[in-house]
Amino acid sequence: MTPRTLYDKLVDSHTVRALDDDGLVLLYVDRTVLNEYTSPQAFSGLREAGRKVWSPSSALMVVDHVNPTAPARVPEMADAGAALQTSYFARNAADFGIELFDQMSPDQGIEHVVMAEQGRVLPGMVVAAGDSHTTTYGALGALGYGIGTSDIEHYLATQTLPYRRLRTLRIVLDGVPGPGVTPKDIIMGVVRAIGADGATGAAVEFQGPAVEAMSVEGRMTLCNMIVEAGARGALVAPDAQVLDYLRGRPGAPTGALWEAAAEAWLGLRSDPDAPFDREARLDVSTLVPLVTWGTSPDQAEAVDGAVPDPATEPDPVKRRGMERALAYMGLAPGTPLAAIPVSHAFIGSCTNARIEDLRSAAQVLRGRRVAPGVQAIVVPGSTRVRAQAEAEGLADIFRAAGFSWRQSGCSMCLAMNDDVLGPGDRCASSTNRNFEGRQGPGARTHLMSPAMVAAAAVAGRICDVRALEA
Amino acid sequence: MEPLIRLTGIAAPLPAANVDTDVIMPKQFLKGIDREGLRDGVFHFLRFAGDGSPRPDFILNRGPWRGASILVTGPNFGCGSSREHAVWGLRQLGIRAILGTTFGGIFFDNCLNNGILALGLPPDDLAVLLRLAEDPAHNRLTIDLPAQTLLGDDGTCVAFALDARRKEALLRGHDAIAATLEEANAIQSFEKAHHQANPWLA
Repeated sequence: MTPRTLYDKLVDSHTVRALDDDGLVLLYVDRTVLNEYTSPQAFSGLREAGRKVWSPSSALMVVDHVNPTAPARVPEMADAGAALQTSYFARNAADFGIELFDQMSPDQGIEHVVMAEQGRVLPGMVVAAGDSHTTTYGALGALGYGIGTSDIEHYLATQTLPYRRLRTLRIVLDGVPGPGVTPKDIIMGVVRAIGADGATGAAVEFQGPAVEAMSVEGRMTLCNMIVEAGARGALVAPDAQVLDYLRGRPGAPTGALWEAAAEAWLGLRSDPDAPFDREARLDVSTLVPLVTWGTSPDQAEAVDGAVPDPATEPDPVKRRGMERALAYMGLAPGTPLAAIPVSHAFIGSCTNARIEDLRSAAQVLRGRRVAPGVQAIVVPGSTRVRAQAEAEGLADIFRAAGFSWRQSGCSMCLAMNDDVLGPGDRCASSTNRNFEGRQGPGARTHLMSPAMVAAAAVAGRICDVRALEA
Repeated sequence: MEPLIRLTGIAAPLPAANVDTDVIMPKQFLKGIDREGLRDGVFHFLRFAGDGSPRPDFILNRGPWRGASILVTGPNFGCGSSREHAVWGLRQLGIRAILGTTFGGIFFDNCLNNGILALGLPPDDLAVLLRLAEDPAHNRLTIDLPAQTLLGDDGTCVAFALDARRKEALLRGHDAIAATLEEANAIQSFEKAHHQANPWLA
């Protein structure tokens, strides 16, 4: 047999038939998760054409983008647009027979956090969903990828998608991360190294000792954010840690079925000599905590470094991009990053709002206070994460430090709810995108790890978390 | 979906790198449940000042490029969020083709699903087209999909590659779901075998 990558194996095992001679296939997709803002037009399309959903039990609907995060949650949405979207969402769930976690459900949360914690994504699956961060599921050995609304409609009607096989990119992570260097810093280091289009259209497999040593939740952060380099899929071969993560979750098999599944899952890996189209390597021991200074996720620098000078960039397109980014961010070349004051701090998002993320931020905040004038919020990735953080005493640490302890949702990551920054506000953020206007028109976002957000909140400026941990 | 066969229109240069879907369609326009009303959302904060007046410095607001139906873009155009609203809005603004080097993957698929030709061209070819788009005297381009060529009215001719299935879809304006549902029996057979082989998925 020709040696194959894990990606090849997943595509092969889900190919209904080839559609051309150049890698276009009709791909069977096992599951999806739907949110309230990219799915409405797909359901309308089904209605207009008189079509049914092929397999309602293969889908889950989760309200996550528009719901308020106020500490007391109510069923009604005050915002008219959010109310319209959530009511249409509920109607679609009822009419098409799909399970719904609305904003009042104890299982509610950010779609990708919920899918993993419910055990709805299992190794070997193909999962497509109307959100770019669907790549997160690669951490569980499943091929997840983001699609648009037309393709959601296609999935719902047919359980398949026309799919062109991707080029493969192996990213090998060597070494042991130093103090203060988290999976977020590692993936920001990868995106910085290969660029915001460095994995465009690629299926990435993460390999190497630093990946093997990383927790499953850490791997989710890697797979989640590699989409910021343009990846269309991310994978980590499932191992014993993944089995430990899945065992006992509501959607995981039990008994003899678990035994059979576990054996199959541990066999899901690239053959030793499988060819990848490209390869990149990064020694994570060379990294220090990273912070973005610009408006693209690859515009990142070591926290002990300075804002770069566009004049030193030879590529004119990149140079113009840097100049524009610095103008938007209100920063001058040469400014030490650790001298940049912040007005807001946000811990949340599908990248960094899992229990391990909250633990690492709380560790920094224990016995400390948010600096005067800084508005700090923490939005757990799901209601279950929130409950667990409360049980572990993390919520008390956040509150005592002066953070607002919120209900779960996507919140200020894309600010479709009422957690929006004003023009000129500068936010230390654990999210994945620092695009212009994303957290609010004129708002300035600096991406960093949850622990670094905690450190910035305490210092009132961007701050090297290693100085606080020492 | 409206077919795209042969199109002559104004090309507008937008050469910035990494123009994301947040910029193409800001979240303020995402609160609906239909595809309508997205025209004003396109490049909203680039096109309009705070008081709603058009920004004179933005290319699509400037004389020779007003009403452009073709965009010539920088690398990684349409990266970021999966929001198809960005593509619906571009279509409502009259955009039928986007010429670049690389695109955000979801955005690229969304274009095809809405009858917009998104073309990834070699950098040298794109540079030629960008120069034409920037020149007010020569910014009219013709896209000939059957012949797979881009023609400038100064005689420039750039051939492009396009896979047969995408070409056919654009030419016919076809319904992808209807086409796939013709395979319903094959999908059902596949599904049965797949679930037998992986009973924990059933």
